[in-house]
Amino acid sequence: MTAIADLFARTAAENRAALVGYLPAGFPDKATSIAAIEAMIDGGVDLVEVGLPYSDPVMDGPVIEAAAGQALAAGTRVKDVFDVVRVAAARVPTVVMTYWNPVERYGVDRFAADLAGAGGAGLITPDLIPDEAAEWLAASGAHELDRIFLVAPSSTDDRLAMTAKASSGFLYATAVMGVTGARETTSSMAPELVARVRAVSDIAVGVGLGVSSGAQAAEVAAYADAVIVGSALVRCLSGGVEPDAGVAAVRALAEELRAGVQR
Amino acid sequence: MPEALIAPLDELATAWDDAKADPTFMAELQRMFREYAIVPSPLYEATRFSAAVGARILLKREDLNHTGAHKIRNVLGQALLAKRIGKPRAIAETGAGQHGVATATACAYLDLACVVYMGEVDTERQALNVARMRMLGAEVISVTSGSRTLKDAINEALRDWVASVDHTSYIFGTAAGPHPFPSMVRDLTRGIGDEARAQCLELTGALPDAAVACVGGGSNAIGLFTAFIGDSDVRLVGIEAGGDGIDTGRHAATISAGSVGVLHGARSYLLQDDEGQTLESHSISAGLDYPGVGPEHSYLSSIGRASYRPATDAEAMAAFDLLCKTEGIIPAIESAHALAGAVVLAKELGPDATILVNLSGRGDKDVHTAAHYFGLLKDGE
Repeated sequence: MTAIADLFARTAAENRAALVGYLPAGFPDKATSIAAIEAMIDGGVDLVEVGLPYSDPVMDGPVIEAAAGQALAAGTRVKDVFDVVRVAAARVPTVVMTYWNPVERYGVDRFAADLAGAGGAGLITPDLIPDEAAEWLAASGAHELDRIFLVAPSSTDDRLAMTAKASSGFLYATAVMGVTGARETTSSMAPELVARVRAVSDIAVGVGLGVSSGAQAAEVAAYADAVIVGSALVRCLSGGVEPDAGVAAVRALAEELRAGVQR
Repeated sequence: MPEALIAPLDELATAWDDAKADPTFMAELQRMFREYAIVPSPLYEATRFSAAVGARILLKREDLNHTGAHKIRNVLGQALLAKRIGKPRAIAETGAGQHGVATATACAYLDLACVVYMGEVDTERQALNVARMRMLGAEVISVTSGSRTLKDAINEALRDWVASVDHTSYIFGTAAGPHPFPSMVRDLTRGIGDEARAQCLELTGALPDAAVACVGGGSNAIGLFTAFIGDSDVRLVGIEAGGDGIDTGRHAATISAGSVGVLHGARSYLLQDDEGQTLESHSISAGLDYPGVGPEHSYLSSIGRASYRPATDAEAMAAFDLLCKTEGIIPAIESAHALAGAVVLAKELGPDATILVNLSGRGDKDVHTAAHYFGLLKDGE
């Protein structure tokens, strides 16, 4: 069993959803990004997504886009991402979330080998679809990494089934049609999307895009196997806040979200 | 490409295939071309320019189309398709503003709501076109992220589209991006080359020795080249933006100096660093200032059917000046890159050569940039 499969077996036994937290490596700087990830684990995050900052994050809203830009301007490199993974993976299952071009440029197999070497459990690929992922399917198999693809409310039934089959660990369901970013209300499309996945697969389903509070987390936890939170955590560190205050805010939010998924 | 856009893109591809096969749709598009866009454009023998550069130069006058560039062909087709599939809102990205103006025009003509994304750097250097789009009823959104140029305008348009795709068409401006855009844009612009080929045969009794076009994303170039791909004696030459020179790193010569990667849903040549981060491109021409290029150009380059070479800002502006002074035609700075390519090719091919150049746009929008470049206005003027 992989680390992620273990996690979902445990949360299912505890009769709760898992809490997945996203933060980009190197934002606002490398040391603070590590401290913030430690803080969100302390606060109750079960699975960490480490973002690999990219110059053209077309699926991300302004909060994550600005964070990625700042991390790159600070000189964040792929090796820094693996350094951050190493710290997080020592405590909880940890995956990298990355757009595809940096992986391809690094070398798909080399990326998979180095991610596995850092203790990483898998990769979330927001702009790579299984139909075009032959090289990653092979590399993830060779290095025993989970591959987390995305489905969306616009996905056809055929594509849902195909994507669920190609995925392992869990499937990332985007709750709304839109980019990342905290939203005031949770999506009405998400429960239907999760139900459509359940009709064709028994893979664990994580729901992301828009969750920012404990109450929203509880709502999503009622129908999903994992609640994924990104922008709301990144926002704690945005806008030039003092690193210590930002890290404390990350921890406080993680605690609130964790209480939400256990309601 | 993100999964969220896969089904919409598949639907668009099917809709375009259906429309292409529908004689009523195509007849309406041809009527709009003829009556509204003033297409076909003429082929013009530039006699004094020819004498100055030492070869016979024929200009395909896309600058005379309604809105002043080849872009109107592509936009009328995509906007008419938007009407056909019942999407009341259109979005577009624009660099120089020519595609944005053409989209705003088509949306006014066909009664579609229109939003155009444009990088902040470009809204400043192409302010005239910003005003034109607003006059035509479009909302222009200045994009302040990243390099604040065309690539970032595309990012922002994609972000809009993923949230609005149920009621919005993305009218893509160049022969790049995800399928079906590269082939749809080629289908809609290939009239440039089809017409020019026939016009050249009629005028000279033969095909040209070379066909030359500027390449940013590559829509006017693929429009010119497609008709000649089977004519192996016709050299196809794409001119990329050399900026300050390839060796300075400040350029937009994607095929000449880039490497293979994935950007905006297409695998093609790309200006990127050693870790796959997109590099900022540089060019005096906003329309060529894009770090990617259409995949069909990458293919034509890889099989050797077309060649791609850079022209620097200085070479393009010298050709711009020469066309103004010898022909009384002010070209777009984008098109001036093709003219600069023709100047070099004339020396290589000699005085008996016929060189077909796509004059893809007119230079009204560039008057401010050119006046500044040549120092034509005194302080306070």
